[in-house]
Amino acid sequence: MSDDQHTFDLAPLERILKEYAGQKGAVIPILQQVQDAYGYLPREILVEISKRAGIPITQLIGVVTFYAQFHLTRRGRHLIRICDGTACHVRGAPEAVKAIETSLSVPAGGTSPDFKYTLEVVYCLGSCGLAPVAVVDDQVHGRLTPETMVESLRQLD
Amino acid sequence: MSGLVSIAELAQLRDATQSSVHTGLETTPTIIVGMGTCGIAAGADKVWAALQQGLAQRNLDVPLKGVGCIGICVKEPLVDIQLPGKPRVTYANVKPEMAARLIEEHLVNGQPVKAWMLGQMDDRGPGKAQAEPLYPGVAFYSKQVRIALRNCGLIDPEKIEEYLARDGYQALGKALAEMEPDDVIAEMKDSGLRGRGGAGFLTGLKWELCRRSRGGPKYVICNADEGDPGAFMDRSILEGDPHSVLEGMTIAGYAIGAAAGYIYCRAEYPLAIQRLKTAIRQAHELGLLGQNILGSGFSYEIYLKEGAGAFVCGEETALMASIEGRRGEPKPKPPFPAVSGLWAKPSNVNNVKSYGMVPQIILNGADWFAGIGTPKSPGTAIFALTGKIKNTGLIEVPMGITLREIIYDIGGGLPKGKRFKAVQTGGPLGGCLPESALDTPVDFDSLIQAGAVMGSGGMIVVDHDTCMVEFAKYFLQFASDESCGKCVPCRIGGQRLLEVLTRIAEGRGTLQDLDEIEYISRNMKEASLCALGQLTPGPVLAALRFFRQEYEAHIVDKFCPAGVCIGLFAFEINDDCKGCGLCVKACPQEAITGGKKEKHVIDQVACIQCGSCFDVCRLDGVSIIPLSEVVKQAAAN
Repeated sequence: MSDDQHTFDLAPLERILKEYAGQKGAVIPILQQVQDAYGYLPREILVEISKRAGIPITQLIGVVTFYAQFHLTRRGRHLIRICDGTACHVRGAPEAVKAIETSLSVPAGGTSPDFKYTLEVVYCLGSCGLAPVAVVDDQVHGRLTPETMVESLRQLD
Repeated sequence: MSGLVSIAELAQLRDATQSSVHTGLETTPTIIVGMGTCGIAAGADKVWAALQQGLAQRNLDVPLKGVGCIGICVKEPLVDIQLPGKPRVTYANVKPEMAARLIEEHLVNGQPVKAWMLGQMDDRGPGKAQAEPLYPGVAFYSKQVRIALRNCGLIDPEKIEEYLARDGYQALGKALAEMEPDDVIAEMKDSGLRGRGGAGFLTGLKWELCRRSRGGPKYVICNADEGDPGAFMDRSILEGDPHSVLEGMTIAGYAIGAAAGYIYCRAEYPLAIQRLKTAIRQAHELGLLGQNILGSGFSYEIYLKEGAGAFVCGEETALMASIEGRRGEPKPKPPFPAVSGLWAKPSNVNNVKSYGMVPQIILNGADWFAGIGTPKSPGTAIFALTGKIKNTGLIEVPMGITLREIIYDIGGGLPKGKRFKAVQTGGPLGGCLPESALDTPVDFDSLIQAGAVMGSGGMIVVDHDTCMVEFAKYFLQFASDESCGKCVPCRIGGQRLLEVLTRIAEGRGTLQDLDEIEYISRNMKEASLCALGQLTPGPVLAALRFFRQEYEAHIVDKFCPAGVCIGLFAFEINDDCKGCGLCVKACPQEAITGGKKEKHVIDQVACIQCGSCFDVCRLDGVSIIPLSEVVKQAAAN
């Protein structure tokens, strides 16, 4: 992976570790903030957290791989989270997923080759009254159809 | 505002805020926009911008107020206009281009735009009889009694003054000034409140067990890890009325003798998290959290913890492991959290809705609460009503109401004249009930008896287009994806069940498979470590109990009557066809032919069973038939 040649700016990491220094049970918030700062959790950074905070790397990896929120690989510039919760499922979410997969060549759960899109199929975004629903870069789109969805995604840069 | 040092000051502040911000008592006109997640998703932010622009153009100095969800999601975006001394008028499905006319006619000229109105709010302020519907004459609100939702959609959740104006923190003041911790517990026990997370354990008894536990510090935990697909009750309360949860948790902390509370909120709810952070800060500034609250000597902190995306963390022991920064894996019980919970200290875990009801119980008394609902399930139930139903939304109803009343009277029935098939309660760990069970009263015990569960409040209605094999398979897929893998019955059992269901859905099932389902389910129920594994078989067992013939059709006739399981059905145009040609245009395969006003025909070889013709036909002219019929017909020709 190209990540291996990447060198990371450690300043954000230092700031985050300082904020949580000495706090009980801070592993998850630290990882959340680090992922916010770097976009994902690169191996080098996890090793740094382990060294600096004195948390065994095995424990960190254990936590990272347990929770769906954490990612060990680079993500696309735009994150599409399309809901396949019950209400969305019965109202046509699978069709929207298929349309995005074929039109934008991004597989569900994966990232497009140009790192433009990452597509996640998630369970319930809690807006079932507007099913089917998708969240694109933290913006919620409700009552969508495959056509409107693909069109609005194409318009992102 | 500076910190409050006594309970008397709290009462004074309430009186001061009441005259300035209480709804209905405004002295200046106000525009109110529903800005919950669902409101924003429907375009409320664009409506907000249009209103802002419209006000600026006319140089009107009218405050725009953002509020949480008032429940009727299907009518979002919602805009209210409140003129001094007049009822608050609510407009439904507001679009940005409607802003100018609303400002012109209603705000400036005082003439409500009748055509766009949802209704007039009948808000009599705090202390009003709870049985009055919020919008008289609007069916959706007709049978609702709002206790936990009493402020949602009415107050600006980012302003503590608005919560105070509606008797906010008065219950905390009352508890601290007039009640010993044991009195609070007695009041909660007398009220009969049962845990609204779904299990229905007596809240007061849970508090008492934690209070009596030795050791400390003790912790109060709010389970806001609302993970069930199809459920958004907790999100709406956290977004619309976060202080009610903080107040309930603080009262719990006082009763139990806890030093701190934790809210574990799922990360998928960014707006709820932001509003909780604001609310905690405000409560601190006013001295309603922190050291020596209201001069009572009681000190208490509330911390917010964000989840990281694991359904199993809604299970209390897994949730506590996650707060501690570990993998969210459950532990066997006993020991129960009341004895050994967070960091092995006595802890009390309740759901958002349970805490949200506490202030009202303390303020109005146990008898008042016990008088609502049924003797064994007092109070109200909150449901997120979704699926194939006209009025989707969030409702709060007295326990004992029937499913039929909820679905038809409040929910308005199914859209497009579709027929009711089943209602799923309790989410992916719940169960579905058929039409014959529609008169079941909704309470903890009746639902279990009927074959479903109360759950935390998801209620999903499906029509005859939903296949009960696929529906159960979908829930199993969810539950087995979310199994944490710690215990074998859940990890392996869920997979095996999923394989059986997949076989049946693909037409490869046998009748022995139905016994296999029951065998695996029994073992999962008895041997799984936590509720996730124990309840995973729920949906498939309920589906099998009420829709066995549909399973048998998949197995014996290789037929999916709902037309969902690919390869187990075909479409055929029947004699109701009037030859309108709609289906010809809709078919992506150009597989339908036929002249105008003549019965059309589907080319079965070209058909991909996408269902476009079935959906588009207005005359029920497209039938779902077994694939074997097609084969037979082909052989005959």
